[in-house]
Amino acid sequence: MRKNLRKDLFVISKLINDKEKILDVGCGSGNLLDFLLKTKKAICRGIEISQSGVNDCVKKGLSVIQGDANYDLDDYPDDAFSTVILSQTIQAMIFPDIVIKNLIRIGRRAIISFPNFGYWKVRKDLFLKGKMPKNDILPYEWFDTPNIHLCSCKDFQIFCKNNNIIIEKFMCLSEKGIEIKTNHFSNLLAYQVIFCVSKKKKN
Amino acid sequence: MKSLIPIDKLQIKNSIRLDSGEYIDSCEVAFKTYGTLNKKKTNAILVCHALSGDQFCSDINPLTKKQGWWNILIGPGKVIDTNIFFVICSNVLGGCMGSTGPSSINPQTKTNYGLKFPVITISDMVKVQEKLVSALGIKKLFAVIGGSMGGMQTLEWATKFSNKVNVAIPIATSYRHSAQNIAFHEIGRQAIMADPVWKKGNYYMTRKGPIGGLSVARMIAHITYLSEHALQRKFGRNLQNSDFFSFNFDTDFQIESYLKHQGSSFVERFDANSYLYITKAMDYFDLSVKKGGLSKVFKNSNVNFCFFSFTSDWLFPTSETKTIIKSLNSSNAMVSFVEVKTDKGHDAFLLEEPEFHATLKGFIQGQIGKHEI
Repeated sequence: MRKNLRKDLFVISKLINDKEKILDVGCGSGNLLDFLLKTKKAICRGIEISQSGVNDCVKKGLSVIQGDANYDLDDYPDDAFSTVILSQTIQAMIFPDIVIKNLIRIGRRAIISFPNFGYWKVRKDLFLKGKMPKNDILPYEWFDTPNIHLCSCKDFQIFCKNNNIIIEKFMCLSEKGIEIKTNHFSNLLAYQVIFCVSKKKKN
Repeated sequence: MKSLIPIDKLQIKNSIRLDSGEYIDSCEVAFKTYGTLNKKKTNAILVCHALSGDQFCSDINPLTKKQGWWNILIGPGKVIDTNIFFVICSNVLGGCMGSTGPSSINPQTKTNYGLKFPVITISDMVKVQEKLVSALGIKKLFAVIGGSMGGMQTLEWATKFSNKVNVAIPIATSYRHSAQNIAFHEIGRQAIMADPVWKKGNYYMTRKGPIGGLSVARMIAHITYLSEHALQRKFGRNLQNSDFFSFNFDTDFQIESYLKHQGSSFVERFDANSYLYITKAMDYFDLSVKKGGLSKVFKNSNVNFCFFSFTSDWLFPTSETKTIIKSLNSSNAMVSFVEVKTDKGHDAFLLEEPEFHATLKGFIQGQIGKHEI
């Protein structure tokens, strides 16, 4: 089962407690949800934009709605989920700020992962080659990329601070998808990052 | 009870209280089953038909000798596999394919009901179906599925008898009839009632009944089942019989001929009064007025839902389905949804739509894993 799971998704799965209620936004073929259902007895829901993705999900017995996270998250009530997951998708959102605010409204916490645009090899591409960076998780050409809102680890941290979003946990992954300790150099050394964020509790 | 299975009609002895407050006595339900009910009686799928449908959803319709209306989907090895499932389909209350309706004989007067037949609702239709399902000894249906008015019945099942349904598959439908939908139905009804043969529904002694009015009603309705793009693609401005205009009011365009054919073939198999009653039942349907709103209706539902809508369906557009999904999401229900890209309009649910069939097949397979059958 784990074989089907992308490495960053496996790292995310370790952050989920048993029997949590999960919404996976952009759940693709439902591999993470299926894994969480079987290993954590999680209550799983998903949103996926592609029909083929939804087909794969319903085949697995998952409850998944075909929809667009840019617009359809508004329909979910507050605190409906314990965790909302958005993996490798935020950079392709039209309104990432609104999406992030919706994620922490719908879920008690949100797990957001994205490719770190501050990674040293990304910087190298621009700095030395003078070209748009490309790698395994940023495989597109400048003209056909769906990634319209790329950000660095630092950009995200500043966004959270400015929007009163609490960063509960923050993890850096290497190019092999393994968690690495980066001390104060995460923005330079992390290939991918995973943030667990939540809204500030009202007193 | 086993003896009921090979019989095509069930007589309900107890009188049934209808939503209107009236009662209906010794009501009959005409039905057809496909496949075999397993020992545990856990493999039953109830198929609900649309406005002009009947109980012959699969195989060959013995009356018309044509393929059943959902034969494309239901049968051995098909998406709804009758090698695995026991499929039940019944003619709705108010219909004219054997179930009690306005053309039936009123046991009290020994004549046809006509307009003496009580006005019915979607909920009344479902009440009668539930009696049939119980009579077949089935405590819980594996699934209820239907498109259009069949989808309304599916939603009614999932709310009224949610403990008797594992899976609900509403297709190209809504939680209520919109003003535009009611408007089109009213034109159809007015066409029937304007036919001099209709005689306030008292036409059963005449040979043909108000076929002119019923035919117009069908022609109007049929336009709403198709998309503008599909009409243009299929017919365009093509002429029927000649390369020139006739300069009279005979059939010039192919679309005219097509609609006339739809009308004239419909009147051979459908009762005008049934059309009045069933369209009215659809117009009355509105789940949002029950039990304090749509979200309350689905509260604590254990039913697994899978909704389908079609991009070019302007009769039951995707936005209607999304409203239901919003309510289901706020009630934490198990719900899946797919909007199928097609230019075939509302009727797409009856037609060859590979993406729709693939998703439906996958969903059913996924649910077999979840509920033992």
